[in-house]
Formats: sequence, structure tokens, C-alpha cells
Amino acid sequence: MGIVPFLVVAWIIVAGLYGIVTSRDLIHTIVCLIVVQSSTYVLLLGVGYVTGGAAPYFWDIPVGTRAVDPVVQALALTDVVVEAAVTALLLAFAVQAQKRFGTLDPSQLAEFKG
Amino acid sequence: MISAGLMNTLQVTVLVLVAAGATVVVRTRSRIRQVLALSVYGMLLAILFLVFQAPDVTLSELTVGAIALPIILLLAIAKVRKREQ
Amino acid sequence: MTARQRLWFFAIAAAGLVACLLWAFTGLPGFGNYPGPYGQEILRQAVAQTHATGVVSAINFEYRGFDTVGEEFILFTAAAGMSVVLRRLRKERQTEPVDEAKTRTIPATSSAVRIAALLLVGPTAVLGWWLASHAQTSPSGGFQGGVILASAFILIYLAGEFLTFRRLSPVALLDAVEAAGAGGFVAIGLAAIAMNLPFLDNYLPLGQYPGAISSSGTIALISFFVGIEVAAAFTAIIGELLEQTLLRSA
Repeated sequence: MGIVPFLVVAWIIVAGLYGIVTSRDLIHTIVCLIVVQSSTYVLLLGVGYVTGGAAPYFWDIPVGTRAVDPVVQALALTDVVVEAAVTALLLAFAVQAQKRFGTLDPSQLAEFKG
Repeated sequence: MISAGLMNTLQVTVLVLVAAGATVVVRTRSRIRQVLALSVYGMLLAILFLVFQAPDVTLSELTVGAIALPIILLLAIAKVRKREQ
Repeated sequence: MTARQRLWFFAIAAAGLVACLLWAFTGLPGFGNYPGPYGQEILRQAVAQTHATGVVSAINFEYRGFDTVGEEFILFTAAAGMSVVLRRLRKERQTEPVDEAKTRTIPATSSAVRIAALLLVGPTAVLGWWLASHAQTSPSGGFQGGVILASAFILIYLAGEFLTFRRLSPVALLDAVEAAGAGGFVAIGLAAIAMNLPFLDNYLPLGQYPGAISSSGTIALISFFVGIEVAAAFTAIIGELLEQTLLRSA
């Protein structure tokens, strides 16, 4: 059990990268980028987990109870919102690229300059 | 309280489901189906975060990854598809 | 280079990447044996210091408030950047939005969808507001509440009332609210400087009962500003993409 979450993280990274490399459509590439980014959430939460720990909210449990690490949860929260912002901007670029060049195929887009 | 063994099994199960979900999202080639797969993947991730004792991140991932992102993607796909016709 | 060659290159590179990742992961203390002193220390001190029972929100808005300011500005820039990138090209012209267009080829929204969506708008807005105002007590906070508030507006569009959606959230209003949210956050921090305290210090009264709505000083206030900023940013982003569907190429 010690390394299973991290194996899953490595798998998600490689799967997402495989999707980006073999993609024939910009929108498909963007969604695979979302998948790669989601691997970081699993990594962050996997690092901060404490066996037998509760969630770090002390409304109904006394303050000294064993809890998982809250700092990585705050980082993962920021991460999720940043992913949405970056994806929105990337999609705007894709839409505008299709308007100007008429295609969303990366191999054809590579030939255009300027 | 949940025993340690049960929690372990739960976590491993959801981790395997998340890995399978990522593979499915990457291998789907049709645009709209991929957005639906992404939505399901977002919900699987939310369950994973819940099992990892992180309810705040669960809420964020649910709202962003399973709702806001698919809406933005579908709008962009609609715009792109209209031009391709 | 053909697709097969690309795939072979990727396979070799991915093997190298996986080797490095596994080497790094085996150096970690193992899942569940988190040793770190920072997290445990914050868990001990957070409730007493800030009177906020939601430690993650306390970290987001107080201990690491500076990172949250940066994240706010990322969202702000993304929304602004989208309006810049999705500008009208020279050969496009804007058509007027007409609900129930005569020439539409897709069927009009069914009554069931309209009624359900419109009925859900109120509860969704209340839920979003509730989440945004409870950052210090329980798992919730400005971000989640803000996104749900934005989705309340989008429900109006989904009910088939694009014109109402545009009227309720004109671009000028969204930009103003977004700026107010981001600016309000920074203003709270700067007000701390004006009182000779460090930037974003918690100077409002902490309240006696940890976890009550009016407790935890600036955390609740910052969460409110973050909530309206996120709601405006997401509505602006979706509004931008919706406007795109009205552009016709001449």
C-alpha cells in the first residue's frame, strides 16, 4: 500500500502524455492536458495522507485528533482552480486558431507561420 | 469508525478506477464523448479525494471538473463545429 | 517523421520518465507515513490562533493568503485574456441574438427542461451563497461557492433564455464585480499595512466562538470577496464563449 497511489500517478501522467502525442485534434489535446494536470492532485493528497487520520475540520471533533495534512489540501484547491482558468484560455486560443486557419489538426497547423 | 483494512481496500479500489478512467478519457476520440468521459472522470476523482479525507478539494473538483469544465468545453466544441459546416 | 516513429520516440522517452518517477517515489516516506512538521504544527495552532475550525480555509486565506491573491489574479487574467483573444476578426459581423429563431434546425428547449432549470436557479444561488459564507466552519469556501453561483446564471441560459442571461449579466457589470472582488481582497491586505501590520494580517476581531459565522476575522471577509470574484470570472468566461456562437462570417 505504500507506493500504490504513486504508481497510479505515474500511470496517469504517461496516459495523458500518450494522448497528447497521438492527438489529431486540438480539443482532444486540451482534454488530455487536463488529465495530466489531475495527476498532480492525486500526488499532493497522497503525500499528505496520514493513516487513520481524519479530515482537518474541528467543528465536531476535538482539536487534538489525528488529522491529515491540511497544507497540501490548500495547494490542491488552488491547483484545481488554476486548471480551469488555463483550460478556458487554451480553448479560446483553439477557437481563434480554427477561425483563422480553418483546421484544428496539429500536424496541419504546424505548417502555418505567423 | 471505519477499520484500517476497509479504508485501505476502498482507497485501492478507487485508485484503480481513477487509473481506468484516465485511460478511457485519453482513448476516446469523439469530442462530445470525451467531454462526457471527462465529467465521469471528474466525479471519480472527487470520490477519491473524499476517501483521502479532503472534503474541500472534493467540492472544488466537483464544481470545476465535473460542471464548469465540461460546459466550457461543450461551448468551444459547438463554436468549432459550427464553423466546420 | 511518421506517426509510428513519433510513437517509438514517445515510448523511449516515457520509459525514461517512468524510471525517474519511480526512483523519486521510492524515496518518499510511503503513503500514510506523513512526517512533515509544518502540517502538524498548523493543526495544533490554527483553531486557537484564528478561531476558524476549517483549517484548510484558514490556510488558504490567512497563513498562505499571498498565494491566494496570486490565484485570484490568475482567474482575473484568464477572463480578461479570453475577451482579448476572442476578438472579432475583420471578416466577421455580429448578428443580433434572437430567442426562438425561425431558422433554427435544432428543436426548441422542451418545457420540462425549461421549468426544471428555472426552478433550480433560486436554490442554486442560495447554495452558492451559503457555501461562500461558511469558509471558516466547514468544508466550503469562496471558490466553491463562487463557481456554484456562476452555474446559477448558466442555468438561465440552459433554460433557453439567452437574452435574459445576457440582460442579467452584462459584460460591464461582470467586469466591475470581478474587479471589485480581486481589488477588495488586495484592499483588505493593504489596510493591514496601513495599520503597521504585515500584509494580509488578520486584524478584525476574531469572535469568541471558533467556527461561528462572524468569527475568524478577515478570513470570512476575504472568502466573500473571493466568492464574488470567482462567480463573475466564470460567468464572464462562459459569456465570452456564448457570444462566439452569435458571430457569423461574412
